[in-house]
Amino acid sequence: MDVFLQQLVNGLSLGGIYALIALGYTMVYGIIELINFAHGDVYTLGSFFALAVLTGLGVSGEVHGPALIGVVLVTVLAAMLCCGLTGVLIERLAYRRLRNAPRLAPLITAIGMSFILENVMQLWRGPSPVSFPSVIPNPIVHLGPIDIGAKQILVIVTAVVMMFALQLFIYRTRLGKAMRATAQDRDAAQLMGIDINTTIALTFLIGSALAGAAGFISGVYYGTTWFFNGFEAGLKAFTAAVLGGIGNIAGAMLGGFLIGLIEAMATQYIPQGAQWTNVVVFSVLVLVLIFRPSGLLGESLPEKV
Amino acid sequence: MGLLEVENLDAQYGRIKALDGVSLSVDEGEIVTLVGANGAGKTTTLRAISGLLKAARGSVRFAGREISRLSPDRIVRLGVGHSPEGRRVFARMSVRDNLELGAYTRRSRSEIAADMEEVFVTFPRLRERAEQRAGTLSGGEQQMLAMGRALMSRPKLLMLDEPSLGLSPLLVETIFGVIRQINARGTTILLIEQNARQALSIADRGYVLEVGRVVFADKAAVLLASEAVRTAYLGG
Ligand SMILES: Nc1ncnc2c1ncn2[C@@H]1O[C@H](COP(=O)(O)OP(=O)(O)OP(=O)(O)O)[C@@H](O)[C@H]1O
Ligand SMILES: [Mg+2]
Repeated sequence: MDVFLQQLVNGLSLGGIYALIALGYTMVYGIIELINFAHGDVYTLGSFFALAVLTGLGVSGEVHGPALIGVVLVTVLAAMLCCGLTGVLIERLAYRRLRNAPRLAPLITAIGMSFILENVMQLWRGPSPVSFPSVIPNPIVHLGPIDIGAKQILVIVTAVVMMFALQLFIYRTRLGKAMRATAQDRDAAQLMGIDINTTIALTFLIGSALAGAAGFISGVYYGTTWFFNGFEAGLKAFTAAVLGGIGNIAGAMLGGFLIGLIEAMATQYIPQGAQWTNVVVFSVLVLVLIFRPSGLLGESLPEKV
Repeated sequence: MGLLEVENLDAQYGRIKALDGVSLSVDEGEIVTLVGANGAGKTTTLRAISGLLKAARGSVRFAGREISRLSPDRIVRLGVGHSPEGRRVFARMSVRDNLELGAYTRRSRSEIAADMEEVFVTFPRLRERAEQRAGTLSGGEQQMLAMGRALMSRPKLLMLDEPSLGLSPLLVETIFGVIRQINARGTTILLIEQNARQALSIADRGYVLEVGRVVFADKAAVLLASEAVRTAYLGG
C-alpha cells in the first residue's frame, strides 16, 4: 500500500509534465486539425532556453531564500515566452500557408519541423545529455507512509495551476471564446469578426508556452536534458491527448496524469516493468480507442457534420 | 451610389465556375432578394461578398470602399453581417455564448446586453435555452439563434442565406416579420430565400440568378408579376 501511494505521487508528477505537453497537442489539433509533431521538440527547447537563462543568471545548483522565487519566475517566464514565440514562428512560417492544403502536407511539414528543431538543438548543445541545475532545494516531506519531494509538489501544483488558468482563459474570456469558436467552425468564426490568423497564432503561443514551462520543470525534476528529449515525451503526451479525447482540454490533462500513473505503476508492478512501460502505455491507448474511439472525454459530435 | 456594389464578379471552386460576371447593387435602406434554382450561385455570391471566398475577378464595394481583397473579419467590422447557409451555430457553446460572439466586434457591454435582451424578446425560446449548448437545439431553434447572432453585430448590411429554412409556417412569419422590423429600423437587407414568392413580397428589388449569371433584375413587384419569372422560379 505504501509503495502504491508512493508510485501514485511519482505517477502524478510524471503525469503533470505529460499533461502540460499534451495541452499543446490538443489545442493545436482542436483548432487546425494538425498533429504538430514539432511540439515535443518545443518542449525540449523549453529546457534548453531555461538552461541558457540559468547559466546567464549564474545558477548552477540549488538556490535558497527569496532569490529562489525570483530565479524560478524569471526562468519559467523566459522559457515560456521563448517557446511561445517559437511556436508562433513555426505556425507562421510552416503551417499557415498549408492551411487549406490536403491534410498530409502540413503533417509532413510538422515532421520536418521536428527534425529541424532537433538538429538545431543538437548543434546548440551537442548530441549527449547535459546536466540541468537542480535550482529548487528538494527537502523530503513525510506524509504518513509516503515521501514527497518538494520538486514533486512543485510539478503537480504548477501543472494544475496552469491548467486551471488555461480553462479560465478559454471558457471565460472573449479571446478564449474566439479560440473555441474558431476551433468549431472557422468560417462562422470569421463571420463573427474574429481574425482567425490571430486566434490560431494565439493557440500556438499558449500551447508552446505551456510546453516551455514543462521543459523547465522536467529539467529541474530530472536534472538533465538533451536534444532528443522531446521525442519520447512528445509521443507519450500525444498519446495522452488522444487518450483523453484529442481537441479536448480537460481530456488532455486527464490523459496526461493517467499516462504518468500507468507508467509509474507498470514500472512498479510488472516484472522488469521499466522496459515494458511503453508497451503498457500504448496497449491502454489501443484498448481505450477500441471502446471509446473519440477518447475518454472526447465527444463524437453528430452536429459537426 | 449603392451601399453595396458588386461588379462583374467571377468566382470558382477549383475549376468549377460558380459565378460568371455577377453584378448587383443594394441601396441603403433597401431589402433586396436573390432568387434562383438550387446551385445557381446565390450562396456563393454572399460568400464572395463577405470574403469567405476570394473572387477570381470583379469588384465588391461597400460604402464606397473596395472590399474584395479584405479578410472576412475586416469586412464584418465595416458593417457587413452574414448569416450563412445551414445555420452554422457554434454547437458546443451555449446559446448565450453564441449571441455574445455575434457581438464580437462591439465593445459596449451595456449595448450588447440590451441587444441580447431584444433577441430574447423576439425569440423567447432562446431565452429558455440560454445556457444550453447550441448543438442540442432543434433545427428551428438553431435557425432562430443564427438569426439572433447575426443581429448582434448591428450590421449596416445584413445578408441572410435562407433564414427560414426548416421552420414551421408560424416561425417563418416571425422571421419575415423580424426582417421587416430591422429593415424599418435602418438595416439594409440582402436576402436569399427558398420561398422566392414570400421573399419578393417583402423586398424592394430582386435579382434572379441562373447558373452563375444574373438573368433578371427588377423591382420585386415587377418580378412577381413577370410571366417568365413566375413560371421558372415561383412555380407558376
Ligand atoms: N465547396 C464547393 N466546392 C465545389 N463546388 C461548389 C462548392 N460550393 C458550391 N459549389 C458549386 O457552385 C455552384 C453554386 O453553388 P451555391 O451554393 O452558390 O448555389 P445556391 O444558389 O446557393 O444553391 P442552393 O439554393 O441549393 O443553396 C453549384 O454548382 C455548386 O455545386
Ligand atoms: Mg445556397
